[in-house]
Amino acid sequence: MQWEIVIGLEVHTQLSTSSKIFSGASTAFGAEPNTQADAVSLALPGVLPVLNRGAVERAIKFGLAVGAHIAPRSVFARKNYFYPDLPKGYQISQFDLPVVGQGALAIQVEPLSGTGQSYEKVVRITRAHLEEDAGKSLHEDFHGMTGIDLNRAGTPLLEIVSEPDMRSAAEAVAYAKALHTLVRWIGISDGNMQEGSFRCDVNVSVRKLGEPLGTRREIKNLNSFKFMQQAIDYEVQWQIGTIENGGKIQQATILFNPDTGETRAMRSKEDAHDYRYFPDPDLLPLDISNDWIEQVRTTLPELPQTKQTRYVNEFGLSAYDASILAASRAMADFFETALAAVPNETKMCANWIMGEVSAQLNRDGLDMTQCPISAQQLGGILQRIVGNTLSNSGAKEVFRTMWAEGGEADAIIEAKGLKQVSDTGAIEALVDEIIAANADKVAEYRSGKDKLFGFFVGLAMKASKGKANPAQLNDILKRKLGQ
Amino acid sequence: MSLSNTDVRKVARLARLAMNETEIETARAQLSGIFNLIAEMQAVDTTGIEPMSHAQDVSQRLREDKVTETNQREAFQAIAPQTEAGLYLVPQVIE
Repeated sequence: MQWEIVIGLEVHTQLSTSSKIFSGASTAFGAEPNTQADAVSLALPGVLPVLNRGAVERAIKFGLAVGAHIAPRSVFARKNYFYPDLPKGYQISQFDLPVVGQGALAIQVEPLSGTGQSYEKVVRITRAHLEEDAGKSLHEDFHGMTGIDLNRAGTPLLEIVSEPDMRSAAEAVAYAKALHTLVRWIGISDGNMQEGSFRCDVNVSVRKLGEPLGTRREIKNLNSFKFMQQAIDYEVQWQIGTIENGGKIQQATILFNPDTGETRAMRSKEDAHDYRYFPDPDLLPLDISNDWIEQVRTTLPELPQTKQTRYVNEFGLSAYDASILAASRAMADFFETALAAVPNETKMCANWIMGEVSAQLNRDGLDMTQCPISAQQLGGILQRIVGNTLSNSGAKEVFRTMWAEGGEADAIIEAKGLKQVSDTGAIEALVDEIIAANADKVAEYRSGKDKLFGFFVGLAMKASKGKANPAQLNDILKRKLGQ
Repeated sequence: MSLSNTDVRKVARLARLAMNETEIETARAQLSGIFNLIAEMQAVDTTGIEPMSHAQDVSQRLREDKVTETNQREAFQAIAPQTEAGLYLVPQVIE
């Protein structure tokens, strides 16, 4: 039996504003409980929400990045439910008139099994809407009570809803990762998954090929790509097993337990989904002018997909190299800044960043934003390689010193005496000495033992303390040995 | 349109309202009256008229993204029935 998996995602992205969506309380993470819960966050009587321009601007920016229609007029609605970390008894969200309409995101799918080719796919985005986050409930031991921290209440979220376009866990993970890259790339969210800035709800259903959509179950609140894959794999097997054993799938909200690797249904409340949305009378419709949209468009950086294509077409890099260098904005900025020092050496520049720099970052457990050397500093090394001042091994030594102690390339070259000898006369003198001192080997070489060439290179390099320009040294050695 | 007592019980449960049979009957009559008014309004031909989202024909005023609130936890928690370690305490809600 051929089963098809159908997956759609709802992603809650916390927007990187300094204040809350409807009040001037701070959104900083990690504050003492309730020190950022103001009268609006607490829903004290008589308070009114006032919308944060920064939150709207970030929503517009996202919409433009996925080619979506920005609604000239959108409306906030009340989503009604009772829970102690939601003091108003409703969440302010958007319902039938969201700020961002239909868009799309191109993703590169890497098969999770390790076999098979990677491929591109376009996932349609249904909508994205602004809403406020709820507070946090702490179910630890407070004498049988629950503790409520409302610091997070009112933090701006953009909920991004996809069409059920994904057909495997690999595609779902690729989409989530692409979205995660994008929101950080355009600077609307820090995307910190540990702090809950990027949370995924995954809708999963299965059907026999060609049949209508099956009943879906929604896996809530996944905050790691690894858990997402595990949860989907488990859930798909469970659904197929249930149907093949004659059972029926009931629509449900489920949780993934990372310790057991299993999903389980939350107690389904009879009226859980009856949110009785209605337009919030405390908030007027949100008007977004064309001028504002165009102004936001000018702040949009070159997007990852565009950058990758340009790296391939303009710089002649492979698709693989381009995808790595455009994986994050920090990486791409670093590459482009370093490249500015040696504009004709794209491949060399790319290799240094993907090689030396990435390897050293890995060893030190750092990411690109924490790189101890700047792109300008690296550019300084690359310039000296291009100008023949540094040999490759010399360049690596400069790099290691720079990483550990800082400093500019030229100063390190000077201090360590790493300047490559490119003076023909000096190299010739050195080669003459070696030839004179090794008459027997020279004779062997001249009688046809070509392999000895390496031996002479070794001697000459050693004599120059590794500073002789290798290409020049080769030429001179060949010429003099051939005489 | 007329509501049944079952409809009223459902709405009451969603709104967490405890109502006895007499109250349910009263609410049913009142809510039915509201629905009748809505039905009357819906009978009006509104072809070509753009729906309003708000009674006032103005749009939302926005505030700049600035932190303007200071920590007033002590003042707010002075009126809370129970607090501990900076948290508001409520009856246990774990499922």
